[in-house]
Amino acid sequence: MKKLLSNALISAAILTPAIFSPVIAADEVKIGFVTTLTTGGASIGQDQEKAVNLALKHIDNTMGGKQVKLIMADDGFKPEVGKQATDKLVKQDDVDFVAGYIWSHVLLASRKSVLDAGKFLITANAGPSPVAGKLCHENFFSTSWQNDQTPMAMGETLNQKGVKSLYVMAPNYAAGKDMVAGVERTFKGKIIGKDMTKWGKDAQLDFSAELAKAKASGAEGIFVFYPGKAGPAFIKQYQQAGLRDVLPLYTVFTVDSLSLPKLQAGGMEGVLGSVSTQHWGPDLDNPANKKFVDDFRKDYGSYPSFYAAQAYDSILLIKSAVDAVNGDLTDKDGMRAAMEQASFDSVRGEFTYGNNHMPIQDFYSRTVVADADGNWTTHIDKVVLDDHQDVYAADCKL
Amino acid sequence: MEASLLLIQLLNGLQLGILLFLLSAGLTLTFGIMDFVNLAHGSLYMLGAFICASLTQLTGSFALAALLAVPLTALCGLLIEMVVIRQLYSRNHLDHVLATFGLILCLDTIAEIVWSPAGIAIALPDILNGQLEVLPGVVVPVFRLLIIAVGLLAAAGLYVLVNHTKLGMLIRAGASNRTMVGALGVDIKTLFSGVFAMGAALAGLAGLLVAPIAEASIGMGNEIIITAFVVIIIGGIGSMKGAFIAALLIGLIDTLGRSYLDDVFKLIMSNEAAETAAPAISAMLIYLMMAVILAIRPQGLFPASSR
Repeated sequence: MKKLLSNALISAAILTPAIFSPVIAADEVKIGFVTTLTTGGASIGQDQEKAVNLALKHIDNTMGGKQVKLIMADDGFKPEVGKQATDKLVKQDDVDFVAGYIWSHVLLASRKSVLDAGKFLITANAGPSPVAGKLCHENFFSTSWQNDQTPMAMGETLNQKGVKSLYVMAPNYAAGKDMVAGVERTFKGKIIGKDMTKWGKDAQLDFSAELAKAKASGAEGIFVFYPGKAGPAFIKQYQQAGLRDVLPLYTVFTVDSLSLPKLQAGGMEGVLGSVSTQHWGPDLDNPANKKFVDDFRKDYGSYPSFYAAQAYDSILLIKSAVDAVNGDLTDKDGMRAAMEQASFDSVRGEFTYGNNHMPIQDFYSRTVVADADGNWTTHIDKVVLDDHQDVYAADCKL
Repeated sequence: MEASLLLIQLLNGLQLGILLFLLSAGLTLTFGIMDFVNLAHGSLYMLGAFICASLTQLTGSFALAALLAVPLTALCGLLIEMVVIRQLYSRNHLDHVLATFGLILCLDTIAEIVWSPAGIAIALPDILNGQLEVLPGVVVPVFRLLIIAVGLLAAAGLYVLVNHTKLGMLIRAGASNRTMVGALGVDIKTLFSGVFAMGAALAGLAGLLVAPIAEASIGMGNEIIITAFVVIIIGGIGSMKGAFIAALLIGLIDTLGRSYLDDVFKLIMSNEAAETAAPAISAMLIYLMMAVILAIRPQGLFPASSR
């Protein structure tokens, strides 16, 4: 009996903080940020974490008069781990917003946990077609893009450059197929060769056979999508195979501020002059971006990646919502209406939201150059797609 | 044009096969002689790559770094053998798998702490970044030729060591009948440590040869270790000759599959179906081959005798 009593007391002691926590929580804005902090993808997650911390510094860690409590969570590059982390944020930490998500498959596994709980979900990178189309949701927002848009911009860039024949390489998984479909949708020339290489746990990183085929095909250019560590690996082999002068390189999500310093350290000049498309670049000329890039470089010593830029925007988007309702986090309708306005100073410049809460924005073509200090970075050439909306918006019933 | 492309692809296949051989040589030795399943063999491959990458940054010379990295990886292997592996020889295979899986997690995390998760690129001297016209129309990257040369040298060295030295005799004897070798008064403990360190050195060599093509990255060994197991199973566990031939076979089949399967499929099905089927089948090709070979010869192609 005594034991039973003490057990009951202990349980009560454990339960008490849980009962009172919502009262404490009301004084702060809780944001959960899910990204990749371990495994080989961790350099992307760390770049996003830096940007989130910089954003909070820029806004004095305050939204609508309340302090912000940030909880970072690791998805371990796996959908099931990402979903678990999301569940914890939603149920245990009771956050008001969940942001982040680099990978399409992690986002697709986790979205329901957030949306079913009535919380806001803001993707800071992943843009698989379902969330833009049939699975769109009133509480879902994106500060990135839909997967197809960037390669569509690339197809248009290739048309403008007068490229008539193209060799295509991408990893054989959902996003890889999206990228290839995207470039095929707008490219008017002929695709004379295509390789979908093995991806996943034992991904193919040696492209010797494919590069030999590409060279023999006589194409006027090669389009590739190799995110993460496969990107630098591809570019090295591209250079070692001596293709720089034979087969100009066009990429999406392969050459970024994370891979360029490594390529420079490895002496891979083959990437200089290569063309990529993106909705943003570190040299994009607007006051918000200048402040972001300058302070990021001052604090961390490197150019921010597009992942970082999108993470920065996600915090500013949340701030615009909380500010609009003066910190009344129960006013979901008010916050949603505010976010739909996209009224914050985005680092990509002005944009609007479509009915599916995906950005309608400009896409640029960019060339890899050395900056004034000799560091390799991308330089924006021009707008390729003007105020571009993704093609899945029509499937969204919002 | 077609013939020169075929020749290039054969060289590419040879190069992949040789890398696989370097990795599986150590694996087949530890499995064959010590009857020890070492899943963490890929981690030594990763260590070789990272050590070489760091030394290249430090010394500015890839050649010097490579020369130092091989013995250093062997030393890491020796340490791991003495601290962890040695305690496990008397246990069963399941315990080996569990313990070495734990070892993978530890070594990956240590590498992440020491070298950061981003991975390191290795800068090659200009001459190794260039290309060479081996025959008219057959232009191959110099570094790929270097891999082939170094790998063949290592294979030749191993051949001499295993077939024409006392140590090699003990290794072969150990692969055939461990207990008897011990009963004849051979210091099995030292032999095992030596063999493990040698396997580590070869894995490290493979790792540092891959790093300039891809990069030194966390978990790079886990991606390739499955293929290395396929090699030793096809070749016959414990057989060096088997590992060599199986590695070349897999290298060639994988490369030629990736090169020509879609063209072959386009002869018998629509372009679209071929484009979908070819990558899927070529990714499976080596496993299909393993299944066929095991069905015909369950012991592998060249089993170490009397196992």
